Amino acid sequence: MSYVIRRILLLLVTLMLVSLITFFVFQIMPGNPARIMLGTEASDTEVLQLEKQLGLDKPLLIQYTDWMKGIITADFGVSIKYSKPVSDLILSRLPVTLSLALMSIIIVVVVAIPLGIFMAQRQNKVSDLFFSSVTQLGMAIPPFWFGMLLIMYLGMVFSFFSVSGYVPWSESVQGALGSLLLPAVTIALPQIAIKFRYVRNSIIEQLGQDYVRTVQSRGLSAKLIMFKHILKNAMIPILTIFGLIVTEIVAGTVIVEQVFGLPGVGSLLVSSINYRDFPLVQGIIMYITVAVVFVNFIIDMLYTVMDPRIRLE
Amino acid sequence: MKRVKQRGKNLNLIIGGGIIVVFLSVMIVSFFYTPYDPNGMDVSNKLQSPNKGNWLGTDDFGRDIFSRVMSGTKTAFLVGSIAVGIGLIFGTVIGGVAGYIGGWIDEIMMRIMDALMAFPGIILALMLVAVFGPGLVNTSIAIGLMTVPGIARIARSGFIQNKEFEYVLSAKLIGAKPLKIMFRHILPNVSSPLIVAASIGFATAMLAESGLSYLGLGVQPPDPSWGRMLKNSQTYMASAPWFTYAPGVAITLMILGFYMLGNAIRDLSDPRSKNE
Repeated sequence: MSYVIRRILLLLVTLMLVSLITFFVFQIMPGNPARIMLGTEASDTEVLQLEKQLGLDKPLLIQYTDWMKGIITADFGVSIKYSKPVSDLILSRLPVTLSLALMSIIIVVVVAIPLGIFMAQRQNKVSDLFFSSVTQLGMAIPPFWFGMLLIMYLGMVFSFFSVSGYVPWSESVQGALGSLLLPAVTIALPQIAIKFRYVRNSIIEQLGQDYVRTVQSRGLSAKLIMFKHILKNAMIPILTIFGLIVTEIVAGTVIVEQVFGLPGVGSLLVSSINYRDFPLVQGIIMYITVAVVFVNFIIDMLYTVMDPRIRLE
Repeated sequence: MKRVKQRGKNLNLIIGGGIIVVFLSVMIVSFFYTPYDPNGMDVSNKLQSPNKGNWLGTDDFGRDIFSRVMSGTKTAFLVGSIAVGIGLIFGTVIGGVAGYIGGWIDEIMMRIMDALMAFPGIILALMLVAVFGPGLVNTSIAIGLMTVPGIARIARSGFIQNKEFEYVLSAKLIGAKPLKIMFRHILPNVSSPLIVAASIGFATAMLAESGLSYLGLGVQPPDPSWGRMLKNSQTYMASAPWFTYAPGVAITLMILGFYMLGNAIRDLSDPRSKNE
């Protein structure tokens, strides 16, 4: 239990620090933020008015506590460009990003784990060397360029994929799949490359253990040993690595949404930076990071259920 | 079995090192010579496919792609060096102090690093670019700060391991000051994981820079950037595919080179590590 309490305390400290960083980074901005947002043609009265509207005339500490009070009640401020609450804007974009992220995670899991198991049984052969080079290449290719190539080679050939824009699930399931599959593959590729190596290595590590030799000597088939004995033991390190995936995938969506013209949270973030809509930028970054921190916390808690050893550490 | 493994390591070193040396040479040449002015526009000659005059064709403003890819190496190495430099200096100092001193200083510093790591990768860089504005230097600094927590963790664990060793004790006994022990005695012993991190960090920095530049929030014209070239090429993917190949292959190769080099150095410095 003490582990759980310690973990909750850590969660609170992290959230606190994340909010402090997100808030104060925008305070050290060179120049007057209200003037930057309004542009050089704005009159002084307009600037003063915006400052008042955003509460920039109040002391910093009050500004921070006001902002934090809002966030705790899911009020992330008001966008200047759209004159709408930031949380409404994010929620309207969330289905796209969420579907994209989930699909990418499924692709990574479905490809990386079987591939890792398969390659672990063929270690140090030429095929292994070949795969090792391919995975390094998979990590090296910039996702946005890989996405562009997919559009060129698959999107323009097969009409199933829509290469720009998003078709909502409610409109057509096939259409949604067609608009999300290529971007999901794009985000998944570097993660497949990284995760597949972990899976392979943790299985190879298990292969050298005494218990494997014992079950081998009992005459169990290689398949049975792999799936009944080795995988169970290799699963904990594998799951730990897959827990980190959420952060990476979310970071991946920001750029890839742009490549495929998907109206998700990531593209909202990029356009809000271009519009210098700072309350929106701040709100989105806070929202994404808090969401990721919570998901990681939940995954962490799940481990303790699966592997009691973690709780005792 | 062993031979293949050995060859795998050497291959990483030879190919990775080779790629980086080639790019370094291209960069040095590009200071003195490029076939055309990388920024010289010639609209009458735009979007030409590769030919005798323009080996890799021309872009949407009629600029020679080969010359632009060549001068893009400067930006790539500059961004990488600044980012890795910042990451290494701040990461080593923060991780070193936290690991060596320990106690509540360690606790506070590591909690801050954890919080920085909670921001999904590029989002931290995006936030800094949003505040300080895009451009080569700002982008490099933002990317560098993004890599600080990771390097700090590596440095910290090295310092924690080493501070218990006898050589540190003997240095203390002859009256060496903590700063001298940390940076004269311990640092050289934890340098190999840091060198590996620097090489991988170069790759990460280039990925981040090309991504930010693709979003239009990274390196700004007239500084040549491969990521920006790729952004511009997207409109012409179908009609002028050569426009996208040259900068795309250049980025991928360079990142691959740094990954391979980093992996090779890790295998050389730690023979126990697996051949990954």
